[in-house]
Order: sequence, then C-alpha cells, then structure tokens
Amino acid sequence: MTIPAGVRRSALRARRDTGFLAAGVPPHLALVPVWAWAATTTAETGNWLLTVSVSAALILLGTPVLTAVQRARYRALIGVDVPRLTPIAPEQRTWASTARWLAATRPWRKIGYHLLLGPLLALLELLVLVLAAAGLAGVSVYAWTWALPTGIRQDWFGYLTELPVYTAAGLLLLCALPWTARAVARAEARLALGLLGPSRAQRLQERVDQLAVSRTDLIEAVDAERRRIERDLHDGTQQRLVSLAVNLGLAIATRPDLPSDAREVIARAHLEAKEAIAELNDLVRGLHPAVLEDRGLDAALSGLAARTPLPVRLRVDLEERVAPKVESVAYFVISEALTNATKHANAMRAEVIVRQVGEVLRVRVTDDGLGGADAAAGTGLTGLAKRVGSLDGAFHVSSPVGGPTTITAELPCAR
Amino acid sequence: MRAVIAEDSVLLRVGLIKVLEMGGFQVAAEAGDAEGLLAAVEEHRPELALIDVRMPPGFTDEGVRAAMEIRRRWPGTPVVLLSQYVEERYAADLLSANTSGVGYLLKQRIADVADFVAAVRRVADGGTALDPQVVAQLLLRRDSDPLARLTPREREVLGLMAEGRSNAGIAQALVVSESAVAKHINNIFAKLDLPVVDADHRRVLAVLRFLGASRA
Repeated sequence: MTIPAGVRRSALRARRDTGFLAAGVPPHLALVPVWAWAATTTAETGNWLLTVSVSAALILLGTPVLTAVQRARYRALIGVDVPRLTPIAPEQRTWASTARWLAATRPWRKIGYHLLLGPLLALLELLVLVLAAAGLAGVSVYAWTWALPTGIRQDWFGYLTELPVYTAAGLLLLCALPWTARAVARAEARLALGLLGPSRAQRLQERVDQLAVSRTDLIEAVDAERRRIERDLHDGTQQRLVSLAVNLGLAIATRPDLPSDAREVIARAHLEAKEAIAELNDLVRGLHPAVLEDRGLDAALSGLAARTPLPVRLRVDLEERVAPKVESVAYFVISEALTNATKHANAMRAEVIVRQVGEVLRVRVTDDGLGGADAAAGTGLTGLAKRVGSLDGAFHVSSPVGGPTTITAELPCAR
Repeated sequence: MRAVIAEDSVLLRVGLIKVLEMGGFQVAAEAGDAEGLLAAVEEHRPELALIDVRMPPGFTDEGVRAAMEIRRRWPGTPVVLLSQYVEERYAADLLSANTSGVGYLLKQRIADVADFVAAVRRVADGGTALDPQVVAQLLLRRDSDPLARLTPREREVLGLMAEGRSNAGIAQALVVSESAVAKHINNIFAKLDLPVVDADHRRVLAVLRFLGASRA
C-alpha cells in the first residue's frame, strides 16, 4: 500500500512541528522555578531585597543562554533564522552610543519573552502535545484493548459502542494535528523574531546601510572596469593602430616610385587608419580619460569641449577637486550631453557650466538644438539619470520640441 | 642631429626611429620610462628628446614631468611630447618656463611623415610645435571678449600661429599669399593689444601668453 504524497508530507510536517514544540517546553519553563522560588521565599521570610536581587541576577545571566538555545531551536528544527542584535563596535562604545543602542534594540524584550511569554508558550506547546498523544491513543485504541485479558474485554459492553467513537475522535485529532502544530509553531516564530531579534526599524536600517555600501562598491567596480578597459585599449589597440598608420605613412614617404594605383591604395589605407585612430580615441576618451584622474574635472573638460564639433562655451568654477566618483559621473554626464547635442539635436552651439555650491556640484549643459529629448524614452539619458541617481544626485532634462535642451545634474560632493 | 626617444610601446618606437632617420636624425638612445630617459639625456646630451606622456609606472603624466626635468637640468634641450590625447594643462606646464624648442603633438601626427618631420625640425631649431587640438583647447579656454573681436579668418591665423608656424607655413596652410598673412597678423596683434615683434618664436610666445598657456 502506498501513502499519497500529500498525506505523507503532512505527516512529516506534523512530526517536525510537534518535535519543535516539544523541544520548546524545557527552555520556556526554565525561568519558572526562579520566580516560583522568589515568590515562596518572599512570602516565607519577607526578605524581598534578597529574592529580587538573586532572581534578577539569575534572569540576567540566564537570558543570553536561553536566547542562544531558542535561536538554535528555531534554526535547527523549523529553519527560522532569528538574527542577532548587532553589538556596538568596541572602539565606538561610549555612554551615549550605548544609550542609543539600548533605545534602538530594546534588549529587555528578550527578558519579556523568556520570563513572561515563555510559560504561556509552554502551556500551548503542552496542549498540542496532549492533543497529539490523545489522537495517537484514540486511533490505536483497538490495538491496546486487545492486550487486555480476554475476560474483561468480553464483559465490557463498550467494546462495540464506545471504542469506535474513540477511534474516530483520535483520527480527527491526528488529522487536525498538522494545522494546529503549524499554527502554534508559526506564532512562536513570529514572537521570537519580534522579541529576540532586532526590531523592524533596526533591521531596515541595517539593510539600508548594507545596500548603500554595496552600491558604492558597485559604482567603484564599474569605474575601475572603465579605467582598466581604457588602459588596455591605450596600451594595446591604440598603439598598434598608430604604428600601422606610421608604417603606411612611411611607405608613402619613402616609395614615390610605386605605380600610381598602388600608391592610391596605400594612401587610402593610410587615411582609413588615421580615421580609425580618431574614432577609437573618441570612444576611449569617453570611458575615463587619464587626465581626469591626474588633473581633475576642469582639466579633462578642455579636451572634451575642444573635441566636440560645435562651439562649446565652458565655465567651470571649482574651489577644489571633488571625489573621483563625482568627477567621473560629472564628466560622463557632460560627455553624453555634448554627444547628444551634436548627433541628435543638430545644435549650433552648446554651453557647459560646472559650479560647486556648498556641498553640491551643479552641472548644466545647454544646447540650441531641436529639443524633444525624453529622459524616459530609453535613450542615453536614462543611463545618465541612473548614474546620477547612483550618487543620490538629482537629474533633470528640459527639452521642449524646438529646443533648447537643458540637462542639469546636482551631485552631492561632501568629502 | 642626435635624438633620444622615450616610448614604452616597442612597436611604435620602431616606427618612430624610422621616421626620425628619414628626417635626418640619428637616434642615440631609446628608453621605456622616465628614468631611462633622464639617464640617456645625461649621457648623450641630444639635440632633441621625443617623449611619450604616459609611461610606466603610473601611466599618467610621467612624460610631462620628465620633460620639465630635462628643461630644468639641461636648459635649451628641445623636447617634443607625444601622446594619444593632448591636454591643455600639460601644455601649460610644459610651456610655463620657455616656449622655444618645445613641441606637444598627438601620436597620430607621426603618420603624416613629412609634416611630422617638419614640426620636429622646427622644435630642434628652437621653434614651437603645438598640436592643433591643444591650440583649440587653449582658444576655448580664452573665449572671452578680445577673441570675439577677431574675424573667423583671423582666428584661424591665430590658431596656426599658436601651433608655432611661420608666416610661410601659415600662408601655405591657408592657400593665401604671405603678405595677406602678415596683414592678418598685424590686425590680430592690434585687436589683442599684443606687442609687435618680428622673430617668429617671440611672436608665438606672445600669442601663447595671451592664450594663457604660459603663465610664468
């Protein structure tokens, strides 16, 4: 006979949950003797100072141990991870930071869990265990009445009337067990997450901190990758192309005796090699110019503006250099904006203004082109908005049809 | 004329040597970094040093700094910087002390062998050779009022002058007569309030100083 998969799964789950609940009884009752002793001793001797201090010490000592036991129980038996409270780093441990930590984590919630909630949970757990035991006893009632001496069994009238009822009730209880046990286990997990783990606000705060760090790492990784690609192209392909063009140039200069058709072919190759150099230079310079790292944004913008085929008015007002990642994003925004102005907007002229106002780097690129650029239309502008957003900056495009187009980016640049 | 080369790409070094030999230079030594270059200049006292800007170990502006060191320790040694990209800041550094015998060109200019040899010769003879792209950057940085008074043709002449070309060179580039060039130059000097000088390189100096490249 095969057991249907659904029934089998329910049975296994019921066994797991009941085991989990059974394991919870001892630690949940662990502090009961403490307050029972405190209550009786105070009643007998009236020395409440002693009993309160001893039980408080026991509770304070017991709480971390019990918390560790509960954490292990939740993880091992039902796979629920109750996170630890993040302690304060030893080097920043001051009275003020400890007070803030206490206010944020409220560690006394744990004492509440072990001292007050524990016994209630133990009662619930015991109830489920009793139900399980009753169910098992009910369904197996015939098996163990069989073991009774024959005389008693035959004299007992209930053998026919009562026992079927017990069996049915046992079956009912066992069928309900998976859900009951599950419901209690879930409720316990919720309480434990709420009282033994960090508070929701604290968990969110930690998550935000984590995300901020990983985002910064990601941006830096992207910048490092751009620099690496720039270096590789500079040291490899670009030198090779220049060498190719030089050799073709030498062929033209040293062999005037070649037939004119051969000279024509070489001249064309020479021209194409030079064009390839120019195109690759433009592309590579858009990645991450070395001068940006070396001399900063102001210096790097000279080359960018001079290479743009339309007249660019450049006004840069920086008191000092800003962080490399800010320089990099600002350069990228201006580079893309000027490319758009040239390629898509048919602009006649453009203006770039970079100004540091307090702790904000304000970048504005204006062109007198056709306008109609849409930051939401999945063009290069979307990429710009994302890069600006990665620094918590503000990005704005104003581009009415007919122009002019103004792209502004405000980048926080506090050092 | 003896030349020294500093270029970390071996491939390009070979081509550069051929071009220089074609132009009547002898390459006395070749180096792959700034240290090797300074040692070679010390040893050979060349009449020309050709220097790549980006070299080991940092691959940023080693060549610029080496060039300035050469001009400090052995004044009058003509230097030509070569680079994949030109930057007006590097040009400003290079020109800050003295504009004679200085060149700063894009690497791709080597491919136009005859023009390149002429530019390098001009520097070896104490002249100036700035890449048109450097000049464009310098003009961009001085987009203020006096330049607005120039006609487009005068701006063109100013750019060519800043590159270090002589009247004859400018006349050839613009396909006009030398006397027309001289007239333009007089107009430019008048409009920009520059002192009128006759020698080519002093004229370049005046222009560069006006453009802000040499702030010495």
